[in-house]
Amino acid sequence: MEGAILRTENLKVSFGDNLVLKGINMEIAEKQVTAFMGPSGCGKTTILRAINRLHELTPEAKVEGKIFLHSENVYEMEAMTVRRRVGMVFQRPNPFPTMSIADNVISGFILNGIKLKGPEKLQIVEDALRKVALWDEVKDHLKKKGTSLSGGQQQRLCLARAVAMKPEVILLDEPTSALDPLSTAKIEDLLYELKGNYTLIIVTHNMQQAARISDKTAFFYLGELLEYDDTKKVFTNPKNEKTQNYITGRFG
Amino acid sequence: MKNRWRILENKIFVRWLSISAILTMVLLLMFFLTLLVSSWPAIKANGFSFLWSKNWDPVNSHFGMLPFLIGTLITSFLALLISAPFSIAAALFLGEFYPKGVIPNIFRNVIDLLAAIPSVVYGFWGLYTIAPLISHLQQKMHLQASGLGIFTASIVLSIMLIPYSVSLIRQVISMTPTPLKEAAYALGSTRREVITKVIIPSNISGISAGFLLSLGRALGETMAVTILIGNAPELPHSIFSPSYTMASVIANEFTEAVDEIHTGSLIEIGLLLFVVTTIINLIGRLIIKRAIA
Amino acid sequence: MTPFDTRGLKRRRFKDKIFTSIVWGLTFSCLLVVFIILFYIFKKGIGSINWALFTQGPKPVGELGGGISNAIVGSLMVVVVAALFAIPMGVSVGIYLADNRGKKWAERVAIAVDVLQGIPSIVIGIVIYIWIVKPVGSFSSLSGSVALAIMMLPPIIKNTEETLVLIPNTLKEASLGLGASYFKTTMKILLPTGIGGIFGGCIIGIARITGEVAPLLFTAFGNPAMVKSIFKPVDTVPKVIFAYASSPYDDWRRIAWGGSLILVVFIILLNAIIKLFERKWKVQF
Ligand SMILES: Nc1ncnc2c1ncn2[C@@H]1O[C@H](COP(=O)(O)OP(=O)(O)O)[C@@H](O)[C@H]1O
Ligand SMILES: [Mg+2]
Repeated sequence: MEGAILRTENLKVSFGDNLVLKGINMEIAEKQVTAFMGPSGCGKTTILRAINRLHELTPEAKVEGKIFLHSENVYEMEAMTVRRRVGMVFQRPNPFPTMSIADNVISGFILNGIKLKGPEKLQIVEDALRKVALWDEVKDHLKKKGTSLSGGQQQRLCLARAVAMKPEVILLDEPTSALDPLSTAKIEDLLYELKGNYTLIIVTHNMQQAARISDKTAFFYLGELLEYDDTKKVFTNPKNEKTQNYITGRFG
Repeated sequence: MKNRWRILENKIFVRWLSISAILTMVLLLMFFLTLLVSSWPAIKANGFSFLWSKNWDPVNSHFGMLPFLIGTLITSFLALLISAPFSIAAALFLGEFYPKGVIPNIFRNVIDLLAAIPSVVYGFWGLYTIAPLISHLQQKMHLQASGLGIFTASIVLSIMLIPYSVSLIRQVISMTPTPLKEAAYALGSTRREVITKVIIPSNISGISAGFLLSLGRALGETMAVTILIGNAPELPHSIFSPSYTMASVIANEFTEAVDEIHTGSLIEIGLLLFVVTTIINLIGRLIIKRAIA
Repeated sequence: MTPFDTRGLKRRRFKDKIFTSIVWGLTFSCLLVVFIILFYIFKKGIGSINWALFTQGPKPVGELGGGISNAIVGSLMVVVVAALFAIPMGVSVGIYLADNRGKKWAERVAIAVDVLQGIPSIVIGIVIYIWIVKPVGSFSSLSGSVALAIMMLPPIIKNTEETLVLIPNTLKEASLGLGASYFKTTMKILLPTGIGGIFGGCIIGIARITGEVAPLLFTAFGNPAMVKSIFKPVDTVPKVIFAYASSPYDDWRRIAWGGSLILVVFIILLNAIIKLFERKWKVQF
């Protein structure tokens, strides 16, 4: 694939004896939105966490195979560097409870020991919050705690936090599944806006969401990649029977 | 450059965490070895008869700790016995009768205040309240009336144990599975029957562990007991007799002991206290962990 | 006595009532004892609280008056230095335990902490005497602080561990996900988030040691003079209470009651602060 930013090579992840990802080979296109779909427990979260090397926090997790970011093997890089270049937004909003809204946005800088000067800091905060369409809502109380916001706002704050670091890839693990429909719509609009400028990988159970914002869709089943193609093709003309059942079941 | 430092800083931090944790264990081991090495001359000189000889005579350099052993055991067990009904009742009150709400919460905090009073203040208080009462009682019974002795020490010690036992036993009791209790209630049992036939029997090991840990605490309790027990290095005749405990004799004689065997014998008593409380705590924690896990 | 025996029902109800009354009665006697003791200490101590108690040192035998200023300063010094030792150490071990839950070594360390908590304080005094006082050749406030620091460790370790374990893992992952190191994640996210509980543990530790005499008998020892060096023996408030408690002089006992009241009020205040902290600094996730 041309312009692939991420490539996995026979990626296997197991928890103890439980082989969860059974050798995934795929490429993720740069500046495109890729949707990961599939029934619960099929390994979508697991693959995102493998890219970001978060499995290293789980002692029983074992990752085999290779993941390339551009041409570098992620597992031969410094974990901190990988994670700085690959941002992540989690299923539940998780702003840092001790930090203000502004500090949450620049938390990546704070946590990496990067000192920002006053005006530069404000600029980054404003830029990031504008990108996630939160600026107008919070610009008058940037000093308030990030956790004082509503769930939907918190999730946008977390997206801003990731965006502020200018990552090459942003991983989004069901970012709207814990939100109300209105907030979900907002985040969706936002991702649609970001499309074209960022490489996004989004895990979602929501067909309409995937259909609307993604360029490519990957369908996973029991730890295997069953189908991976242009979103349109996957939705209108799935090759695999399982994919078809899943899609029609969900749409029906 | 910057990244290098971050990685190094992180490595040092992780290493330090493990070191600090290991140090905690090493500390314990060092305690044991220090006590053992320092008391070794005395252990050799005193032999095993140290444990059952009833003659503690620093002047003639003869050391037997039986009076202290007996004094410690009687005082501690008596204190445990006195406090047990109160501890169980308060634990039931807070863990089963009224586990939630404002008033029980206040009660719990009030009982916890008992833990806020320092041992030496308990001793001081007991000296001017409990001791005169006991002295009065002794006069009525035509005993020698000093007011100081095992009984006085045990009463005050029992009060000191209450917050500790209550909190341990309350935790155990409040972990009783609700279905178990409901099954008993559903059969038409009264609360007393549920408590005496279900809650206490099914938690008996946890409750015993609570008392065991309280006992461990009583054995090593020093200041209050030193003030109240009368400090008489002889075998007691009755529970009113003045006596001596292991911790008290250390407190009173350690800085005054001049010859090596005297100091060593006191350290040997300390070693014994260390070993016994360690074993009690190991067993107690094990049972409690199992009970509330 | 089967549950369905209706003839026995009255009897059973009666027994239940008796049982409940006994539980109530015994619980209330516990509460009563608390009030009796506190009231007594207050009554005896309040009369001795005066300016001289805080500003003057002890007077020679026979002279009336004087105070415990040297012991108050001594107590503060011993406790503060102990806290300086114990807090960094205890918090570190707590972090280690929280992060390695379930691992073999963490289990062992946790057991060691439990055992440490149960060691009689007088035994800690002996060991620190052997470690520090004997080799140096003199009693010192510093050696007392070391003994007290060891007593402070278990509550700090446990509270830190329990607090950190409650912080949702997602917070840690969010931080690491931004490329932060484990060190920065701990210092900038986890510790600030759990600061209420950790601080609470430190205060519990301080409350635990402030009233201790036993570990100080052979370490900080005692000293009627005002001391400002951690290398000299020093008086502490509980030590003075012990020394004066069984003394034949009314005036000394009066001072001891004053000291007791100060000590008890101080520790109760610490307890109140803990409660406040746990409520106020409880971080919302
Ligand atoms: N930390 C873990 N320990 C053990 N098993 C895990 C762990 N995380 C995930 N799994 C298992 O891996 C499988 C895939 O999980 P996941 O990737 O979260 O699925 P999903 O596609 O719903 O995101 C599940 O069967 C789950 O039980
Ligand atoms: Mg998932």
